[in-house]
Amino acid sequence: MTIITGVLYAAGVYLLMQRSFIKLVIGIILFAHASNFFLFTAGGITRAMPAFVHNGQPDVEKLADPLPQALILTAIVIGLGIQAFAIVLLKRVYHVTGTSDLDKLRTTDREEEHA
Amino acid sequence: MPDHILILAPLLAPLLGGVFCIFFWKNLKVQQTIYLLATSFTLLMGLALLQRVDEQGIISLQAGNWEAPFGITLVVDMLSALMLSASALLGMVIHFFSLSHTSVTLERKHFGYYPALLLMLFGIHGALITGDIFNLYVWFEVMLISSFVLLTLGGEEGQLEGAVKYVTINFIASSLFLAGIGILYGISGSTNMAQLSVYLHAEDISPIVYVGFLFFLISFGIKAALFPLFFWLPASYHTPPIAISAIIAGLLTKVGIYALFRTAIFIFPSDMPIFQNLILWLAGLTMLSGMMGALAQQDYRKILSYLIISHMGYMVMGLGIGTQLAISGAVFYILHSIIVKSNLFFMGGLIGKFSKTFDLTKAGGLYKKLPILSSCFFISAMSLSGIPPLSGFWGKYVLARAGLEQQDYWIVGVALLTGLLTLLSVGRVWLKMFLKSAESKTVEPQMSERYFSAQHPGMYSTVLLLMLLVLAMSFYPEPFVQWSETAAQHLLNRELYIEEVLGTIDQTNEHASN
Repeated sequence: MTIITGVLYAAGVYLLMQRSFIKLVIGIILFAHASNFFLFTAGGITRAMPAFVHNGQPDVEKLADPLPQALILTAIVIGLGIQAFAIVLLKRVYHVTGTSDLDKLRTTDREEEHA
Repeated sequence: MPDHILILAPLLAPLLGGVFCIFFWKNLKVQQTIYLLATSFTLLMGLALLQRVDEQGIISLQAGNWEAPFGITLVVDMLSALMLSASALLGMVIHFFSLSHTSVTLERKHFGYYPALLLMLFGIHGALITGDIFNLYVWFEVMLISSFVLLTLGGEEGQLEGAVKYVTINFIASSLFLAGIGILYGISGSTNMAQLSVYLHAEDISPIVYVGFLFFLISFGIKAALFPLFFWLPASYHTPPIAISAIIAGLLTKVGIYALFRTAIFIFPSDMPIFQNLILWLAGLTMLSGMMGALAQQDYRKILSYLIISHMGYMVMGLGIGTQLAISGAVFYILHSIIVKSNLFFMGGLIGKFSKTFDLTKAGGLYKKLPILSSCFFISAMSLSGIPPLSGFWGKYVLARAGLEQQDYWIVGVALLTGLLTLLSVGRVWLKMFLKSAESKTVEPQMSERYFSAQHPGMYSTVLLLMLLVLAMSFYPEPFVQWSETAAQHLLNRELYIEEVLGTIDQTNEHASN
């Protein structure tokens, strides 16, 4: 689990460094997954029963903690929203600027030319 | 009015307003009315909250009656109440500013300008009053997604390019924030801020807490545009219409600072000397590097963007010094900065309308043509650079005194130097845009100020209204100073907050040991 998290983070960061839009989007997605995995691992996973209390009171120690899963569920939904937005945004940028190269998107940083 | 209605009102009003605005998608008049109603109601409730907190101390609400460490808690202390009122105020005045179709085009308004603004206010208010760290993440996202929409509204080339950077960097910040939450949950088993605070202060903390803190610092540092992480701000803040720039610039970075205050002072043990030094260094570098950027730019809006960065440094400096005096100074500075920075952006909008350019080298001679607006700019600019007796001076003065008391001389030096350089930077704007006559051959409009202001009554009244507030803060700073002192007390005396949220301290220790 930790290894998966590490690999996902590394891949996500690597792809975010790339110049192409597609790689940026995939990088964002991987980064989000890495964070979710991290939350899951850090929240503590055990091979325990799901947290349903059946007849009487079973031993609480045997139950898995449901909260990290709830947190991740929320995080996934939010992350999905942002990814969808990012994809639409990049598509729009491609239409307007006609390039899919991030290095060419620098007009807002540059000084306007003094004609 | 009972506490729980007071706490919920600033959340529900923008939410319901936003939803109803979407119902009336085609009808702009109705949307505007709803917006005005919702924001003015929020402002009233914000002020009522302010008064209530001033009288009774911290108030809280357990959502759905779940007991504190298990359910979602909403807490309002002085800092939340102050920032909530400020943001509601800004939300309301932006209505007047965007009344005329020249400040925000009709097309943009038809594509959900008002609902997006309301939902952003909803997110901001949620982030300000939540007492649960995971909830803070959720509110942040509500706020960010609405701000993405606002930033890209209209879809011009520059806007879209700025938005790519803004979206990506904020996404990374949120992911790191989430990772930090994971660490905290892993070691303490709770996401309730009061509970976390008890836990992290009680035990011998493991080194991994420092890692968690670093995650938070980076994440909020990105959102608040601190030193190495600010590059996205000048790339994106000047691209949308000026009304949107003003509200985003005035509020979003301050919410980042708020979250940093909440976590660094309240949740984490504040006696981590390494981090105090780190934060002080960050503050100094933020001030200086933002200043350098501002001096190098020729575009009014970009200069303002860099000035925002530079003045974030002051607030973080208060955090780094960490005494009660310093924090109250920082809180005062946050309030001052929200009002003054937005007002400078609003004025920028008027200047842009008048001279059709934001370029320092092209515009000129505005003082002769627009004496009232120019005086407003002059006062705001002087206040920003901390000339007594204007409001920026009080904030800087308190911060400097706190720094001297703690014998952090160099940071005080940097702060004063930044104040001087700010003066230089706004002085340059003043000289080139207002005093010097225009060089360029473009035809300057030959209208009088009376005619111009009659054309844009909403924009003018906004600027004048905020101007009055700045003057109030300058010449009658007493209530503001008192409020910020209370805010600092609430932040530093953790027992007050914890007691309000969790009941007695003994009970909480039981929970922590479980």
